[in-house]
Amino acid sequence: MAGSIPASAIADPAVLAAAPPRRRNVSPAAEAWRRFRRHRLAVVGLIVLVAMVLLVAIGPLVWKVAVNDIDFTSRLHTPTLNHPFGTDDLGQDIFARMLYGGRISLAVGLAAMLMALVVGVTIGAIAGISRGAVDAALMWLTDLFLSLPQLPLLLVLIYLFRDTLKQTFGPEVGVFILIVLVIGGFRWMPVARLVRAQFFSLREKEFVEAARALGASVPRQVVRHILPNSLGPVIVAGTIDVAAAIIAESTLSFLGLGFPPDIPTWGRILYDSKEYLDIAPHWALFPGTAIFLAVLCINFVGDGLRDALDPRRVL
Amino acid sequence: MGRYLLRRLLIALPSLLGISVVLFTVLALAPGDPFSEMALNSNVPPEVQANLRRQFGLDDPIWQRYFRWLVAMLQGQWGFSFISRVDVDKLILGRLPVTLAVIGASQVLALMIALPVGIYSAARPYSWFDRIASTLAFVGFSLPTFFTGLLLILLFSIKLDWLPFVFRADISGSGWDWWWQHIKQSIMPVLVLGLFQGASWTRYVRSAMLDVIRLDYVTTARSKGLREYAVIMKHVVRNALIPVVTLVALTMPQVFGGAIVTEQIFRVPGIGSLLIDAILRNDTPVIMAVTFVLSCLVILFNLIADLLYGWLDPRISYR
Repeated sequence: MAGSIPASAIADPAVLAAAPPRRRNVSPAAEAWRRFRRHRLAVVGLIVLVAMVLLVAIGPLVWKVAVNDIDFTSRLHTPTLNHPFGTDDLGQDIFARMLYGGRISLAVGLAAMLMALVVGVTIGAIAGISRGAVDAALMWLTDLFLSLPQLPLLLVLIYLFRDTLKQTFGPEVGVFILIVLVIGGFRWMPVARLVRAQFFSLREKEFVEAARALGASVPRQVVRHILPNSLGPVIVAGTIDVAAAIIAESTLSFLGLGFPPDIPTWGRILYDSKEYLDIAPHWALFPGTAIFLAVLCINFVGDGLRDALDPRRVL
Repeated sequence: MGRYLLRRLLIALPSLLGISVVLFTVLALAPGDPFSEMALNSNVPPEVQANLRRQFGLDDPIWQRYFRWLVAMLQGQWGFSFISRVDVDKLILGRLPVTLAVIGASQVLALMIALPVGIYSAARPYSWFDRIASTLAFVGFSLPTFFTGLLLILLFSIKLDWLPFVFRADISGSGWDWWWQHIKQSIMPVLVLGLFQGASWTRYVRSAMLDVIRLDYVTTARSKGLREYAVIMKHVVRNALIPVVTLVALTMPQVFGGAIVTEQIFRVPGIGSLLIDAILRNDTPVIMAVTFVLSCLVILFNLIADLLYGWLDPRISYR
């Protein structure tokens, strides 16, 4: 792109004079960043997202109000200086709870995305590199998982295995592991299909053939040559997966089947608030808006990344 | 056509079997057991418990239990609910119409939003309308259904007091009044589901349209002097709909997930709230049957999508 010779421009001296000086070698990352910045909403989304992550990471260190401090004298207060987001029915500070819960909500999103990517890339790569029966079997499995009703199964799995895991790992870690495994385990299929499709086209490209001719083993072809070139769409899919995982976790918590009440994730706060919707709407509005903002920003960033990482698109 | 349908059905069968195996294994491997609560009850002697377990075949190897369950399912014996002592199939048949009505209405709403908006956006890409519609679509599918539900309740039930926020199955009255009550209480659940789906489908429609609108035959149609309306509606839309149909069918599992949440928020007595009740009460036969029915519905919609696909695209022959 930047290094290629613009043939038509050289033919016309006027254009050549007007053309900007040839840029120095630009790394792919810098090029992607340049393309990403052109998507204005994606940049705004990234800024808001980073702000939210920082707030959630640093916030509890600064805002030192205990998450489970029960104070019946200040029940269901609307936002004031003492309680920026108000209080809930036990007089707990919603701002502190949201800062704490945000850590878990965002961590679940990231961890589930990683899980989905690892499983999806592995299955997609195996299916894409080995033709025939293995490919057919893996794709049948992928289609099977795609046609499973996900939320019902999520609910069933969580309900069935929650107590066992709680006993083994403790309530917080156990539920975290379970939710990440289950959400991640239901989101790898699109990634697997993407990776397989990429492998199918890349496998026949000249540079892979060259590697094969030089005697590169199949794992080396995959890891060094094919996989890095197929990562663009995977990164985009991974970004969107974070948003989907955050929604999935909040949905579970909202249905009362996610984290226990002493771990106030955003969805859990919403679940607790819905009986008081008429007298304390602020209680539901703050966590709901937080989920919405996080998901919206991640979706915008994903959209920007799609523009940035698609080399066919001219920007 | 008939043979094509038959072939598609034969392809769908292994998937159904696969799903039933997955479901059965999950439930069988899970630590929860319908008799575990009885084990805590000291009034029931251990011998009686063992007898009951044997009677229900809970001690047999898992594959035997699976085949017994499969045969019973095929014969229409879906067992009875441990909690409400009603046959599972009656329970589900009683709940299914409400769910299908709400989902159906919301899908119609979603298409009524997605098709016009997506088509108009693609006809004028990067115009103001397109930008606003795209941004709104992003907002729409980033809003989780449970939050939209709460927002609607807050606005229409609490602030304005126009609509009831609890769905009632036992509405008295008859004729127009009965219909009016039903429509009134269905508006919010349908809106929640329909807006979410409409937002994501708008994007599909728009990008599918943009893929087609650049093709040569569209230019040909324009250069023949056809009106823009005829070009878009007759030449572009019809071909753009083909991938949209697949995507719509593929989002069906997501729709059912959304329906469960919506039914829970508005307490719609449908199949989704039945599932959640069953889960909370460890009612295994109901959990099993509801999840299986939902899987069947998903596969059914995939089948319908395949048939529609063939109708929309004559290049795919029914042979």
